[in-house]
Amino acid sequence: MTEFSMFPVVFYLLATITVVSAIGVALSANIFYSAIALMGTLVGAAGLYVMLAADFVAVVQIFVYVGGILVLTLFAINLTSRIGDVSVSNRAMGRFPAFLVLAIACGAMVRAVQTANWNLVDVPEPTSTIETLGNGFLTEYILPFELASLVLLSALVGAVVLSRKELKDEA
Amino acid sequence: MMEIGLNHFLVVSAIVFIAGMFCVLTRRNAIGILMGVELILNSANINYLAFSRYSSVSYDGQMFAIFVIMLAAAEAAIGLAIVLGIYQTFHTIDVEATDTLRL
Repeated sequence: MTEFSMFPVVFYLLATITVVSAIGVALSANIFYSAIALMGTLVGAAGLYVMLAADFVAVVQIFVYVGGILVLTLFAINLTSRIGDVSVSNRAMGRFPAFLVLAIACGAMVRAVQTANWNLVDVPEPTSTIETLGNGFLTEYILPFELASLVLLSALVGAVVLSRKELKDEA
Repeated sequence: MMEIGLNHFLVVSAIVFIAGMFCVLTRRNAIGILMGVELILNSANINYLAFSRYSSVSYDGQMFAIFVIMLAAAEAAIGLAIVLGIYQTFHTIDVEATDTLRL
Protein backbone atom coordinates (compact mmCIF):
# COMPACT_ATOMS: atom_id res chain seq x y z
CA MET A 1 0.00 0.00 0.00
CA THR A 2 1.59 3.22 -1.13
CA GLU A 3 -0.55 5.84 0.50
CA PHE A 4 -2.09 5.79 3.92
CA SER A 5 -5.84 5.24 3.76
CA MET A 6 -8.32 6.22 6.44
CA PHE A 7 -10.72 3.49 5.32
CA PRO A 8 -9.40 0.66 7.58
CA VAL A 9 -9.12 3.00 10.57
CA VAL A 10 -12.71 4.16 10.24
CA PHE A 11 -13.87 0.61 9.58
CA TYR A 12 -12.23 -0.77 12.71
CA LEU A 13 -13.57 2.12 14.78
CA LEU A 14 -17.15 1.56 13.57
CA ALA A 15 -16.84 -2.23 13.81
CA THR A 16 -15.63 -1.91 17.40
CA ILE A 17 -18.53 0.40 18.31
CA THR A 18 -21.02 -1.98 16.69
CA VAL A 19 -19.66 -5.20 18.17
CA VAL A 20 -19.02 -3.88 21.69
CA SER A 21 -22.49 -2.32 21.85
CA ALA A 22 -24.09 -5.52 20.54
CA ILE A 23 -22.35 -7.51 23.26
CA GLY A 24 -23.49 -4.86 25.73
CA VAL A 25 -27.09 -5.38 24.61
CA ALA A 26 -26.73 -9.10 25.16
CA LEU A 27 -24.99 -8.99 28.55
CA SER A 28 -26.13 -5.83 30.35
CA ALA A 29 -27.85 -6.44 33.66
CA ASN A 30 -30.14 -3.43 33.36
CA ILE A 31 -32.53 -3.34 30.44
CA PHE A 32 -32.24 0.44 30.23
CA TYR A 33 -28.50 0.12 29.59
CA SER A 34 -29.29 -2.56 27.02
CA ALA A 35 -31.46 -0.09 25.15
CA ILE A 36 -28.76 2.58 25.22
CA ALA A 37 -26.21 0.03 23.97
CA LEU A 38 -28.67 -0.87 21.21
CA MET A 39 -28.40 2.74 20.08
CA GLY A 40 -24.62 2.31 19.78
CA THR A 41 -25.11 -0.78 17.62
CA LEU A 42 -27.63 0.95 15.37
CA VAL A 43 -25.48 4.05 14.87
CA GLY A 44 -22.37 1.94 14.29
CA ALA A 45 -24.26 -0.17 11.75
CA ALA A 46 -25.38 3.02 10.01
CA GLY A 47 -21.73 4.05 9.76
CA LEU A 48 -20.90 0.66 8.26
CA TYR A 49 -23.70 1.18 5.72
CA VAL A 50 -22.07 4.45 4.68
CA MET A 51 -18.76 2.60 4.25
CA LEU A 52 -20.62 0.16 2.00
CA ALA A 53 -21.73 3.06 -0.22
CA ALA A 54 -25.35 2.80 0.96
CA ASP A 55 -25.94 6.39 2.02
CA PHE A 56 -29.72 6.32 1.71
CA VAL A 57 -30.05 3.11 3.71
CA ALA A 58 -27.84 4.62 6.42
CA VAL A 59 -30.10 7.66 6.72
CA VAL A 60 -33.20 5.45 6.77
CA GLN A 61 -31.54 3.36 9.49
CA ILE A 62 -30.96 6.44 11.65
CA PHE A 63 -34.49 7.74 11.08
CA VAL A 64 -36.41 4.52 11.54
CA TYR A 65 -34.29 2.65 14.08
CA VAL A 66 -32.81 5.36 16.28
CA GLY A 67 -35.63 7.85 15.81
CA GLY A 68 -38.50 5.39 15.86
CA ILE A 69 -37.90 1.88 17.12
CA LEU A 70 -35.44 2.81 19.86
CA VAL A 71 -37.67 5.56 21.25
CA LEU A 72 -40.61 3.14 21.16
CA THR A 73 -38.51 0.57 23.02
CA LEU A 74 -37.55 3.12 25.68
CA PHE A 75 -41.21 4.06 26.08
CA ALA A 76 -42.14 0.41 26.50
CA ILE A 77 -39.39 -0.10 29.08
CA ASN A 78 -40.52 2.90 31.08
CA LEU A 79 -44.15 1.82 30.89
CA THR A 80 -43.59 -1.77 31.97
CA SER A 81 -40.68 -2.23 34.33
CA ARG A 82 -39.39 -0.80 37.53
CA ILE A 83 -36.07 0.13 35.99
CA GLY A 84 -34.46 0.95 39.33
CA ASP A 85 -34.88 -2.69 40.26
CA VAL A 86 -31.85 -4.15 38.52
CA SER A 87 -32.31 -7.72 39.63
CA VAL A 88 -35.72 -8.15 38.01
CA SER A 89 -35.40 -5.69 35.14
CA ASN A 90 -33.44 -7.84 32.72
CA ARG A 91 -33.29 -11.39 34.00
CA ALA A 92 -31.28 -13.88 31.96
CA MET A 93 -31.28 -17.66 32.17
CA GLY A 94 -29.26 -20.50 30.71
CA ARG A 95 -26.34 -18.31 29.82
CA PHE A 96 -23.66 -20.99 29.81
CA PRO A 97 -25.31 -23.47 27.38
CA ALA A 98 -26.37 -20.60 25.14
CA PHE A 99 -22.82 -19.28 25.12
CA LEU A 100 -21.44 -22.72 24.31
CA VAL A 101 -23.81 -23.33 21.40
CA LEU A 102 -23.39 -19.86 19.99
CA ALA A 103 -19.60 -19.89 20.28
CA ILE A 104 -19.58 -23.03 18.13
CA ALA A 105 -22.03 -21.40 15.70
CA CYS A 106 -19.90 -18.25 15.56
CA GLY A 107 -16.78 -20.26 14.84
CA ALA A 108 -18.57 -22.15 12.07
CA MET A 109 -19.82 -18.92 10.51
CA VAL A 110 -16.44 -17.19 10.62
CA ARG A 111 -14.84 -20.29 9.13
CA ALA A 112 -17.46 -20.40 6.38
CA VAL A 113 -16.82 -16.73 5.62
CA GLN A 114 -13.09 -17.31 5.34
CA THR A 115 -13.20 -20.46 3.25
CA ALA A 116 -16.04 -19.65 0.86
CA ASN A 117 -15.29 -18.49 -2.67
CA TRP A 118 -17.48 -15.44 -2.97
CA ASN A 119 -18.22 -14.07 -6.40
CA LEU A 120 -16.32 -10.80 -6.10
CA VAL A 121 -16.61 -7.95 -8.56
CA ASP A 122 -14.57 -4.79 -8.95
CA VAL A 123 -15.85 -2.29 -6.44
CA PRO A 124 -17.07 0.86 -8.17
CA GLU A 125 -16.50 4.31 -6.79
CA PRO A 126 -19.20 5.18 -4.25
CA THR A 127 -21.84 7.45 -5.73
CA SER A 128 -25.16 8.72 -4.49
CA THR A 129 -27.69 5.91 -4.56
CA ILE A 130 -30.85 7.93 -4.04
CA GLU A 131 -31.75 8.33 -7.71
CA THR A 132 -31.23 4.65 -8.48
CA LEU A 133 -33.23 3.54 -5.44
CA GLY A 134 -36.07 5.97 -6.20
CA ASN A 135 -36.31 4.74 -9.76
CA GLY A 136 -36.23 1.15 -8.53
CA PHE A 137 -39.03 1.74 -6.03
CA LEU A 138 -41.34 3.15 -8.70
CA THR A 139 -40.54 0.69 -11.49
CA GLU A 140 -39.17 -2.75 -10.70
CA TYR A 141 -40.17 -2.82 -7.02
CA ILE A 142 -43.51 -1.06 -7.32
CA LEU A 143 -45.53 -4.03 -6.03
CA PRO A 144 -43.54 -4.61 -2.81
CA PHE A 145 -43.41 -0.84 -2.34
CA GLU A 146 -47.20 -0.57 -2.39
CA LEU A 147 -47.56 -3.70 -0.26
CA ALA A 148 -45.21 -2.08 2.25
CA SER A 149 -47.66 0.77 2.73
CA LEU A 150 -50.41 -1.78 3.32
CA VAL A 151 -48.26 -3.64 5.86
CA LEU A 152 -47.43 -0.43 7.69
CA LEU A 153 -51.09 0.61 7.77
CA SER A 154 -52.20 -2.73 9.17
CA ALA A 155 -49.34 -2.63 11.70
CA LEU A 156 -50.47 0.83 12.78
CA VAL A 157 -54.10 -0.22 13.22
CA GLY A 158 -53.06 -3.48 14.86
CA ALA A 159 -50.81 -1.73 17.36
CA VAL A 160 -53.61 0.66 18.31
CA VAL A 161 -56.11 -2.19 18.70
CA LEU A 162 -53.69 -4.28 20.78
CA SER A 163 -52.54 -1.59 23.18
CA ARG A 164 -55.72 0.35 23.90
CA LYS A 165 -57.68 -0.21 27.06
CA GLU A 166 -60.55 -2.64 26.78
CA LEU A 167 -63.83 -0.80 26.50
CA LYS A 168 -66.47 -1.94 28.92
CA ASP A 169 -69.85 -2.85 27.48
CA GLU A 170 -72.26 -0.22 28.70
CA ALA A 171 -75.37 -1.80 27.25
CA MET B 1 -2.94 -3.10 7.77
CA MET B 2 -4.67 -5.19 5.16
CA GLU B 3 -7.31 -4.12 2.72
CA ILE B 4 -10.86 -4.08 4.10
CA GLY B 5 -13.02 -6.43 2.08
CA LEU B 6 -16.21 -8.41 2.11
CA ASN B 7 -14.99 -10.81 4.79
CA HIS B 8 -14.49 -8.07 7.37
CA PHE B 9 -18.09 -6.94 7.09
CA LEU B 10 -19.33 -10.53 7.18
CA VAL B 11 -17.42 -11.21 10.41
CA VAL B 12 -18.87 -8.09 12.05
CA SER B 13 -22.32 -9.20 10.94
CA ALA B 14 -21.76 -12.70 12.32
CA ILE B 15 -20.77 -11.33 15.73
CA VAL B 16 -23.80 -9.02 15.84
CA PHE B 17 -26.00 -11.98 14.87
CA ILE B 18 -24.52 -14.11 17.65
CA ALA B 19 -25.10 -11.31 20.18
CA GLY B 20 -28.72 -11.02 19.04
CA MET B 21 -29.23 -14.77 19.20
CA PHE B 22 -27.73 -14.82 22.70
CA CYS B 23 -30.18 -12.07 23.67
CA VAL B 24 -33.16 -14.02 22.30
CA LEU B 25 -32.08 -17.27 23.97
CA THR B 26 -31.19 -16.02 27.43
CA ARG B 27 -33.36 -13.00 28.13
CA ARG B 28 -36.49 -13.53 30.17
CA ASN B 29 -37.69 -9.97 29.61
CA ALA B 30 -39.94 -9.67 26.54
CA ILE B 31 -38.48 -6.31 25.56
CA GLY B 32 -34.96 -7.78 25.83
CA ILE B 33 -35.99 -10.50 23.40
CA LEU B 34 -37.33 -7.90 20.97
CA MET B 35 -34.03 -6.03 21.17
CA GLY B 36 -32.26 -9.27 20.26
CA VAL B 37 -34.51 -9.56 17.21
CA GLU B 38 -33.51 -6.03 16.20
CA LEU B 39 -29.84 -7.03 16.43
CA ILE B 40 -30.45 -10.07 14.22
CA LEU B 41 -32.25 -7.96 11.60
CA ASN B 42 -29.37 -5.47 11.65
CA SER B 43 -26.81 -8.19 11.04
CA ALA B 44 -28.89 -9.41 8.09
CA ASN B 45 -28.88 -5.86 6.74
CA ILE B 46 -25.11 -5.57 7.02
CA ASN B 47 -24.86 -8.79 5.03
CA TYR B 48 -27.24 -7.53 2.34
CA LEU B 49 -25.31 -4.32 1.90
CA ALA B 50 -21.90 -6.00 1.99
CA PHE B 51 -22.85 -8.43 -0.75
CA SER B 52 -24.54 -5.66 -2.69
CA ARG B 53 -21.29 -3.70 -2.59
CA TYR B 54 -18.68 -6.38 -3.11
CA SER B 55 -20.41 -9.18 -4.96
CA SER B 56 -22.90 -7.61 -7.34
CA VAL B 57 -23.28 -4.62 -9.59
CA SER B 58 -26.97 -3.99 -8.89
CA TYR B 59 -28.72 -2.16 -6.09
CA ASP B 60 -31.08 -5.00 -5.21
CA GLY B 61 -29.36 -5.59 -1.86
CA GLN B 62 -30.02 -2.01 -0.80
CA MET B 63 -33.68 -2.39 -1.82
CA PHE B 64 -33.97 -5.48 0.34
CA ALA B 65 -32.29 -3.70 3.24
CA ILE B 66 -34.86 -0.91 3.10
CA PHE B 67 -37.71 -3.44 3.09
CA VAL B 68 -36.12 -5.22 6.05
CA ILE B 69 -35.97 -1.92 7.96
CA MET B 70 -39.63 -1.30 7.11
CA LEU B 71 -40.67 -4.73 8.35
CA ALA B 72 -38.56 -4.24 11.50
CA ALA B 73 -40.49 -1.06 12.23
CA ALA B 74 -43.82 -2.87 11.84
CA GLU B 75 -42.51 -5.75 13.97
CA ALA B 76 -41.38 -3.41 16.74
CA ALA B 77 -44.70 -1.57 16.82
CA ILE B 78 -46.74 -4.77 17.02
CA GLY B 79 -44.32 -6.52 19.35
CA LEU B 80 -44.24 -3.69 21.86
CA ALA B 81 -48.03 -3.36 21.70
CA ILE B 82 -48.27 -7.07 22.56
CA VAL B 83 -45.79 -6.56 25.40
CA LEU B 84 -47.92 -3.74 26.80
CA GLY B 85 -50.97 -5.99 26.52
CA ILE B 86 -49.14 -8.74 28.40
CA TYR B 87 -48.18 -6.22 31.08
CA GLN B 88 -51.81 -5.16 31.51
CA THR B 89 -52.88 -8.78 31.96
CA PHE B 90 -50.05 -10.30 33.99
CA HIS B 91 -48.47 -7.16 35.56
CA THR B 92 -45.06 -8.46 34.44
CA ILE B 93 -43.31 -8.96 31.13
CA ASP B 94 -41.22 -11.89 32.29
CA VAL B 95 -41.85 -14.55 29.66
CA GLU B 96 -41.61 -17.34 32.26
CA ALA B 97 -44.67 -15.96 34.03
CA THR B 98 -46.90 -15.92 30.96
CA ASP B 99 -47.64 -19.64 30.83
CA THR B 100 -51.43 -19.61 30.69
CA LEU B 101 -51.51 -21.59 27.45
CA ARG B 102 -48.85 -24.06 28.58
CA LEU B 103 -49.89 -27.60 29.43
